Amino acid sequence: MTAYLKLDHIDKTFTRGSQVSEVLKDIKLTIDKGEFVSIIGHSGCGKSTLLNLIAGLTKVSSGAVLLEDKEVDSPGPERAVVFQNHSLLPWLTVYENINLAVSKVFGRSKGKAERHDWIMRNLDLVQMAHARNKRPAEISGGMKQRVGIARALAMEPKILLLDEPFGALDALTRAHLQDAVMDIHSRLGSTMIMITHDVDEAVLLSDRIVMMTNGPAATIGEVLSVPLARPRRRIELASDRTFLRCREAVLKFLYERHHFVEAAE
Amino acid sequence: MSIQTVEDTKVKAFPAKPAEVIAFTAKARRRIDVPAIAGRLATALIPPAVVIAVLLIVWQIACSSPTASLPPPSQVWDEAYDLIAHPFFDNGPQDIGLAWRVLVSLQRVAIGFGMAAVVGVALGALVGQSVWAMRGLDPVFQILRTVPPLAWLPLSLAAFRDSNPSALFVIFITAIWPVIINTAVGVRNIPEDYRNVARILRLNQLEFFIKIMLPAAAPYIFTGLRIGIGLSWLAIVAAEMLTGGVGIGFFIWDAWNSSRLPDIIVALAYIGVTGFCLDRLVAAVGAVVTRGTTAK
Repeated sequence: MTAYLKLDHIDKTFTRGSQVSEVLKDIKLTIDKGEFVSIIGHSGCGKSTLLNLIAGLTKVSSGAVLLEDKEVDSPGPERAVVFQNHSLLPWLTVYENINLAVSKVFGRSKGKAERHDWIMRNLDLVQMAHARNKRPAEISGGMKQRVGIARALAMEPKILLLDEPFGALDALTRAHLQDAVMDIHSRLGSTMIMITHDVDEAVLLSDRIVMMTNGPAATIGEVLSVPLARPRRRIELASDRTFLRCREAVLKFLYERHHFVEAAE
Repeated sequence: MSIQTVEDTKVKAFPAKPAEVIAFTAKARRRIDVPAIAGRLATALIPPAVVIAVLLIVWQIACSSPTASLPPPSQVWDEAYDLIAHPFFDNGPQDIGLAWRVLVSLQRVAIGFGMAAVVGVALGALVGQSVWAMRGLDPVFQILRTVPPLAWLPLSLAAFRDSNPSALFVIFITAIWPVIINTAVGVRNIPEDYRNVARILRLNQLEFFIKIMLPAAAPYIFTGLRIGIGLSWLAIVAAEMLTGGVGIGFFIWDAWNSSRLPDIIVALAYIGVTGFCLDRLVAAVGAVVTRGTTAK
């Protein structure tokens, strides 16, 4: 079986004037359909760059991103992104924000009533149908992120890319949203790649955790499988041996073997 | 007979009254708080009224000596009374009320400023979006925008060979620079995330312009439009003085030539009030259009 998404020997260098900085080196990874993969690493290791490469927002310097054996090098709705700061358009209501995506992606294939149903279905999925006529400024940070997820899901993406989606949220809201994402993942069976710097979050949500070494020229240090059955419940997992073992493995990687050195840059 | 009917109506009307009273108090509780509105109106209106009264008194005292070169307010009121009291009279081609003249000037401003707004937003979007357009055009804009409006007039008279299009061109060329520059700044400040959303959705250039760029840059665009309408109102009066016609600017020139100083003073008041209204109009439209765009 060929991989659903394949990162094939990707290098990424940024050139500014005569200065060439190597950010990512020789990234090799395959991801199966329906898998939930987290990418974890210290800040500055290039994990956001990696996500942007998969999204097509940044171009690879060498190597290729292959989705279903086809190279992708430009952004598109089949690789929808949930941005860290939600990126909702403030002049549109919740409904209109999603409608912008839906009418662009399904403008030809779905009728008006069908599109409306699709928008409402995605809003229901993140439990935000009640706020559909509100503007982003009128809802809380967690709600905005829910709408951001709904907008990405409404594009019916092959892969959902989440760029530190809960980074700016408080711990309680974050837990609610993690549960919401787990629920969506199990209901839709979507393939998801999430950037995070939260070890618990990575272990709780992921099938596999991709651990990045520190930059410059960061690469994948280790890939850890998380053999926990789904559905997962955070309270039960808090004392689960497998959970704790996985958690320890990630912590060891991050803080013993690839200790973040501020002066390295 | 007649007394009886009056009593009848009274009797009929009376039982209906309590219902009315209830409805009124309910309304009053919800929306209309008369003393509060009166208080707000008073705080807004009394200070400027006092200042204007003081200014008029000082002016009256300063200009009431027989050797004064300018007329006092009382003389303005007496001699230009028909201009003040009847803004809409129409006694033939050159003898019309000031409101008509202001409307003629406003029509010119509407055309010239309208063109400046459309062309300015388009050029500003280009300059804000493309680094090369900015490098090429920005220095040209920066130099041309410092040229005073009237300096364009001889050139446009030579080019158009007619006074009306020349006046329109002067309005256009005066108002366009702040629109271009503010739009360009607004477009340059569109958050990268909005651009990424547009790229993921594969919005084409036109969709991006209408759905992302215009609303995202709207607060900046309206700042430019507001400066632009103020400048074009400044320019129209000056341009009309030179090109003639029936505008308010020419009226001032005409009044000066026939030594009707009170008329000029009344015309100045008209111009000031109209300019103020234009500014507030654009600001109000901007406030409605950009609601929600600045909040994050």
